[in-house]
Amino acid sequence: MKCFPNCVFAQTQQLTSTGEWIANGFFYFLAAIAIVSALKMVTTKNVVHAALYLLVVLSCVAATYVILGAEFAAATQVLVYLGAIMVLLLFGVMLTRAKIGTETDLDYEQRWIGGLVGAGMFAVMAYSLIEYFEDTKMPSDLEPQRTQDVAGEIFSTYIVPFEVLSVLLLAALIGAVVVARKD
Amino acid sequence: MFLNQFLLFAAILFCIGVYGVLTRRNGVLVLMSIELILNAVNINLVAFGAFNDDLGGQIFALFTIAVAAAEVGVGLAIVLLIYRNRRSIDVSESNLLKG
Repeated sequence: MKCFPNCVFAQTQQLTSTGEWIANGFFYFLAAIAIVSALKMVTTKNVVHAALYLLVVLSCVAATYVILGAEFAAATQVLVYLGAIMVLLLFGVMLTRAKIGTETDLDYEQRWIGGLVGAGMFAVMAYSLIEYFEDTKMPSDLEPQRTQDVAGEIFSTYIVPFEVLSVLLLAALIGAVVVARKD
Repeated sequence: MFLNQFLLFAAILFCIGVYGVLTRRNGVLVLMSIELILNAVNINLVAFGAFNDDLGGQIFALFTIAVAAAEVGVGLAIVLLIYRNRRSIDVSESNLLKG
């Protein structure tokens, strides 16, 4: 990552395919939107706006999955996150605060400590990632991972975690009902 | 495409999520920031899955999505309970266990 992709492409002998170039451009476009929306999400004064910014971030992440060839994960992201979890969060906003519009007491006063921690963590992670992976390339023939293969793998190699997950979801469902029930 | 561009994207989202968890006092907003963190992890899993041409990454991302759904369900139930008992979801006021 020391050199921006365009100049790397110009220098390397083998020309990358147009498809990869387009995917790359799309990725940077989506990443920019996602990062700006995420920053707006953690700084906005309006709770509902924060939920809608989170929606944008999650859609961009789903599109990133498509770029990486994980189509089933992208579809699941849209169904579960954008469909279910966002509705749940908006209901949470609705049931806990009837207030419409901006609020002043959403953040702690000492915001800079949080900023310091976040920036410090990013510095450490970015340094180690750049140091270790440098300019490792993704395989140029990035094939989409077929849903049939994913299903086969889940129901053979990962069958035990899958069943455990089913029990976990059931437990979470019952637990949420029991905790939130009025009595 | 570089592997690092995805990993750095995930790292940025993760750190923004950490910032949100640390600075927000509203319980629902803290849960939203946690969703951001979990998504950053998912990007890493899918990126390494594509990098190694292995299905395991994508499958673990699916597992994480399911666990996140369970987490947000229980988390919101707890937030609702706190709201019902204390008429506020300010997490800095939830200090009953403080010695």
